[in-house]
Amino acid sequence: MTRTAAAPPSVPAVRVPRRRGTEVALIVVAVLLSVYGYCDVGLAKNGTVPPGAAGYGAGLGVLALLAHLAVRFRAPYADPLLLPIAVLLNGLGLVLIYRLDLETPGDEAAPTQLVWSTVGVTLFIGVVLFLRDHRVLQRYAYICVVAALVLMIVPIFFPAVNGARIWIRIGGFSIQPGEFAKILLAIFFASYLSANRNALAYTGRTVWKLTKLQLPTGRVLGPIVAIWLLSVGVLVLERDLGTSLLFFGLFVILLYVATGRTGWIAVGLVLAGVGAYTVGSLEPHVHSRVEDWLHPFASIDAGEGPNQLAQSLFAFAAGGMLGTGLGLGHSILIGFAAKSDFILATAGEELGLAGLAAIFLLYALLVERGYRAGLALRDAFGRLLAVGLASIVALQVFVIAGGVTGLIPLTGMAMPFLAQGGSSVVTNWIIVALLIRLSDSARGQPVGPLKEAA
Amino acid sequence: MTRYIRHAAAFCALLLIALLVNATRVQVVQAEHFDKNSANRRQAIVRFGQPRGDILVEGHTVTGSKDTGEQLRYERTYRNGPLYAPVTGYASQVYGTSLLENAEDDILSGTDPMLAPLPLWNDISRAQNPGGMVRTTIKAAAQQAAYAGLGGKKGAVAAIEPSTGKILALVSTPSYDPERLSGTSESVARSWASLNGSTDKPMLNRAIRQTYPPGSTFKVVTAAAALDAGTVTDLDAATKSPVPYTLPGTSTQLTNEVEGCKNATLRYAFEWSCNTVFAKLGADTGLDDMLDTARNFGFNDSGLKIPSSVAASNFDTSMDKAQLALSAIGQYDTRATPLQMAMVSAAVANGGQVQSPNLVDETTTDDGDVVRNTGTKSLHQAMNPATAMQLRDMMTDVVKEGTGGNAAIPGATVGGKTGTAQHGIDNSGTPYAWFISWAQKSGEAQPSVAVAVVVEDAAADRGDISGGGSAAPVAKAVMEAVLSGG
Repeated sequence: MTRTAAAPPSVPAVRVPRRRGTEVALIVVAVLLSVYGYCDVGLAKNGTVPPGAAGYGAGLGVLALLAHLAVRFRAPYADPLLLPIAVLLNGLGLVLIYRLDLETPGDEAAPTQLVWSTVGVTLFIGVVLFLRDHRVLQRYAYICVVAALVLMIVPIFFPAVNGARIWIRIGGFSIQPGEFAKILLAIFFASYLSANRNALAYTGRTVWKLTKLQLPTGRVLGPIVAIWLLSVGVLVLERDLGTSLLFFGLFVILLYVATGRTGWIAVGLVLAGVGAYTVGSLEPHVHSRVEDWLHPFASIDAGEGPNQLAQSLFAFAAGGMLGTGLGLGHSILIGFAAKSDFILATAGEELGLAGLAAIFLLYALLVERGYRAGLALRDAFGRLLAVGLASIVALQVFVIAGGVTGLIPLTGMAMPFLAQGGSSVVTNWIIVALLIRLSDSARGQPVGPLKEAA
Repeated sequence: MTRYIRHAAAFCALLLIALLVNATRVQVVQAEHFDKNSANRRQAIVRFGQPRGDILVEGHTVTGSKDTGEQLRYERTYRNGPLYAPVTGYASQVYGTSLLENAEDDILSGTDPMLAPLPLWNDISRAQNPGGMVRTTIKAAAQQAAYAGLGGKKGAVAAIEPSTGKILALVSTPSYDPERLSGTSESVARSWASLNGSTDKPMLNRAIRQTYPPGSTFKVVTAAAALDAGTVTDLDAATKSPVPYTLPGTSTQLTNEVEGCKNATLRYAFEWSCNTVFAKLGADTGLDDMLDTARNFGFNDSGLKIPSSVAASNFDTSMDKAQLALSAIGQYDTRATPLQMAMVSAAVANGGQVQSPNLVDETTTDDGDVVRNTGTKSLHQAMNPATAMQLRDMMTDVVKEGTGGNAAIPGATVGGKTGTAQHGIDNSGTPYAWFISWAQKSGEAQPSVAVAVVVEDAAADRGDISGGGSAAPVAKAVMEAVLSGG
């Protein structure tokens, strides 16, 4: 610990606690909770502990343990809550998908999800082991943005699935490249804004003298707005409304944090309003989503039976305060997206408001820990990246949870870690890996010059 | 930058709070509203998620359950469906329930709180009780005899144990198999459409839901009213009745199907069903006394339940003398269900006392623990016991020497009354043949069965003789089945 010895006298020499023991204890709790849920489903549905319980527990446990070892080895000062929360959410997601698999004998998604979780954890370990300093990423900002745009454009050449062109299908596998693009865009935004934040914040023309609203020069603002508009435009073309909303929010938040200009929020909201209105009135797909949101029971009154949103609301209502208990609800009535976009309805029905609030709080804790890393970091890029990644999680949870509970119009999106979907699980594990790296820097490492061989 | 990060964090916290508030709105505030939405299938899934309890006849189930493995999982099956349909009704995934399936639905579906092992237990444990059982009062042999007796004809039979009001048989023909309405398949919808579209109305329970003009069987009520009111005191004294009888205040002349009714005794008039004598008797007794007696027999009661609700039988409350005279012989607006006429016969057999009719002996949990026991309940004293004795005599004579000879049973005392009801414009419709009766086995203290039979398509149209011809043999078969079963 040369660090404490080298600390200047003005800073009290405090040994930063690593808290790896806390982390491993919490991971054990998370794995046990997941295994308990898994057994609970089997007992409720078939009266027996499911035969795969031991394998499920062992699999999740080994993954969690390997991830923990990687953290212990390469990111010893990392926030001890991040990994256990990810393990618990992923474990719970596997339980919910397994539970829904029992209602759809022809379509088993849980084993696939476990494979993708393994891929996710592997990439997590890879990021933690090989990304020694997050500032390296800053160098690849432009590669990131090009990759992101390519990833987003590619699905246009593939057939639409359920109205959205966001998948690439190769053989039996389908991936959603837009999911990965959000990390790449977050890196680009953080990098560009940290490099140009002074120019953005302090130069430019004043429009509307009364409001003192100052817009930066087109030279600085131009490229980032262009990229942002391009991404959102592509997503609208692909009808991936959730992700376009997510990018919009991410951009506005990072711009605000980087410049501190409240005016940006106003501009963002105005743009959002104009954009939403335009898309909502021109695009029938979006228009019907808004109609469904305003009148979720219109299809029932029309004698066509409940639509997905109505079924989702029924599921949440059936859960009430304490839920029906795992395995005892009927959220499968929602239909084809029950395991993906609407997975939260199963949680709401079977775990009740109590369980749902717990899940929301887990996400909130994850986001809060990301923000905390952002606050503690000293480099602007790291701060913005941490805020960006945490905001991605927060916005994603809000967009999809708000959609399935009727708070906002429904836009397709995956509940982080919970929902069925390989790309989503892998992406979220990478996000957590990056947050681990950032929090490790924030909590433990002295800020030094960027080393060459990272 | 720190300040702005905190602002952004506060924004994220705001999003989370919005989610929590909204979740509370959906899951707590509006939950009940959503739960009750008719498009929400959860209640139906829970309802059909376990086998429905059974309906029993003499300890044997006449219903069953079939596990289909589908979303609305258990379907109702019926043993001897058409025979017991007027008792059980149907329990359909699509069309709901009827008759006993409807009246005892809470027990059968397991939702009745009385089925719980402890009060409030289910609210705490969220357990669902298995469906309970309903033991009916039906005697299988009597039910089968009635069904076979009606054969292919349209009609109905109601049989009661006079001392208790227990319904021993309840048959309506043509019938249907309620199993055709179980499940969710397309054939269920087709069955529903064809059963409802049929002109024979197979799903109509004619024994309790259809009223008919009772014709001459109503003369039992008129005689009871006349004897109680003192209009007649001696059964064997000549009445001052002309033939033909001109209805009071009109020029309409009433005649008879038989000879010897002029100034006949009440006994003779009852035995041979003299319209002139009874029309005059009703008019002489007066509306108030006639109405009182009719009400005490159970007419004009729309609240009768067995526990399925029974259509109200009608005796008009305001009539002129001519209308009253016609009503006294079971015509004009007078209408009765077969069950009501069985109650009339049972009242005579039971010393004038009408017992509340019921179809359910007791309801139990699936283990057989009694939930509710239907006790005997008196409805009204319809007439003086002495009047009842006189009517017993006269009804016995009808079977011994009069129009009801077809109902005589060796080794038993049988009392009866025939009837043929004309209906339709100018009496153009097929007449309804009626027979009401009771039977007492030799050596028994009291009659053990009272029956009412109505046949809609009486082959003969010769007045009261047809009641004796087509309805009496059915009544006889039912009474024999009860008497031989002990």
